[in-house]
Amino acid sequence: MDRFLYLTFDGLSRGAVYSAFALALVLIWRAARIVNFAQGAMAVATAYVAYSVASATGSYWIGFVVAIVGGLVLGAVVERVVMRFVDHSSPLNGVVVALGLVLIIQGVLGMIYGNNFRPAEAPFSRDAFQVGGVALLSRYDLFVFAAVGAVVVLLTLLFTRTSTGLRMRAAAFAPDVSRLLGVPVGGMLTLGWALAAAVGSLAGMLVIPTELGLHPNAMDLLFISAFTAAVLGGLDSPIGAVVGGLVVGLLLAYVSGYLGATVAPMAVLILLVVVLLGRPDGLFSRAKARTA
Amino acid sequence: MTALLEMTGLTVGYGAAPVLHEVDLSVREGRIVTVLGANGAGKTTLLRAVSGLLHQSAGKITFDGVDLRTVKVERLVRHGIAHVPEGRGVVTELTVDENLRLGGLWRKPRPDLGEIYELFPPLANRRNHLGHQLSGGERQMLAIGRALAAKPRLLLLDEPSLGLAPKITAQIMGLLRDLRDRTGLAVLLVEQNVRSALSVADEGVVLNLGRVVTRQKADTLADDADLRHAYLGF
Repeated sequence: MDRFLYLTFDGLSRGAVYSAFALALVLIWRAARIVNFAQGAMAVATAYVAYSVASATGSYWIGFVVAIVGGLVLGAVVERVVMRFVDHSSPLNGVVVALGLVLIIQGVLGMIYGNNFRPAEAPFSRDAFQVGGVALLSRYDLFVFAAVGAVVVLLTLLFTRTSTGLRMRAAAFAPDVSRLLGVPVGGMLTLGWALAAAVGSLAGMLVIPTELGLHPNAMDLLFISAFTAAVLGGLDSPIGAVVGGLVVGLLLAYVSGYLGATVAPMAVLILLVVVLLGRPDGLFSRAKARTA
Repeated sequence: MTALLEMTGLTVGYGAAPVLHEVDLSVREGRIVTVLGANGAGKTTLLRAVSGLLHQSAGKITFDGVDLRTVKVERLVRHGIAHVPEGRGVVTELTVDENLRLGGLWRKPRPDLGEIYELFPPLANRRNHLGHQLSGGERQMLAIGRALAAKPRLLLLDEPSLGLAPKITAQIMGLLRDLRDRTGLAVLLVEQNVRSALSVADEGVVLNLGRVVTRQKADTLADDADLRHAYLGF
């Protein structure tokens, strides 16, 4: 039972990061109908910059802010400079361009920082508190929950309570009509990419200290888990992404806890295949509304 | 009085073949001009050219003296033009209230949506319903209400009667007449439903295969049996 509790909390903490990263994928999917396969590489790029700034200034938190702001800027640049010019007649085009971006970003990072793992320190202790002799949550886990929770709340407020959020939703659902109503559709798309990349950068900052450290490929495995979470949730659904992230986190924790860590990546892939075969629209997708 | 909207020699095409040939048309403030004609006559193309969704290959469109070629689609509403596209263009994933808010978002201060709900009482009861839950008539009301939330000087309406019961069509036409008289709104109304369009319009323009066949006062047009038989099918 102790072990089960420990694994559950560990799974939720990992899952929260997957939720954030899946949310970033969903944001771009909703805005542009592209699965941004470059999201992981983009997040690693901002994490490298963040840790450079942190070691230069001696403050993790300055680096943290740089990562988020860097994500905003990088997302906007990727949309304006690359994605805007992708021909959307085939959905594969965006995917191929995004994969190309992954290779470019990882190559450039390797050239600048080298292909060795670099240590990435966590801002809080990762030692778990003992409750009744059971190790449950660390300060770092609490930080992860708070950060992801804040992102979910802020995004919900943005999309449901603000004019900008309304414009973003309208531009995504009905670009032509939105233009006629005075919505700057291109600007909303750029903003969507910027926000998504910032959320992706946050997820990167949260996960990298819990793994082997900074490396150009540091987010590759996380990407697969988060992508599975997003597909599980339906790609279109922000709530689905959050729930999907937690489910994948728990699955990974239980599988690695009871069956061994080497089996865990396989379990994620099996889940992905099962979802794609059994319920390809995900658990949270709404029935397609008629548009006429 | 000079015209609010003025087209001269307008030629527009998809690809090489023009759909509209050298169309001259003007709409003055406080007037309803209806564009009539069979399917494929170029009516929708005409509206899309005005709002810049299609690019003209020749000719000129001015609105209140401004050359509309220099105005981006998303700036059009700031110049006072609201376009209700064919098929109504309600954003079906948003609620009634969100659709209406969207219409007036660019205005400062934001318009009072209460006025719109007063114009369209059925919408007031369905504020929080999603667009796809509405009936055809309600969607049309919502699309027009949303356009009016932008407080336009010119309303471009594409087939508002499409798929609606005659009673609702009559209500919408009555509303247009009322808005014209009260606020001086100018309307460019594209319609297949010739009778109801001529009942409300000041002038009618008949398009055939992309050319203006005639332009007359609405009641004259309604009385011209030959023209009606030849181009309007009744």
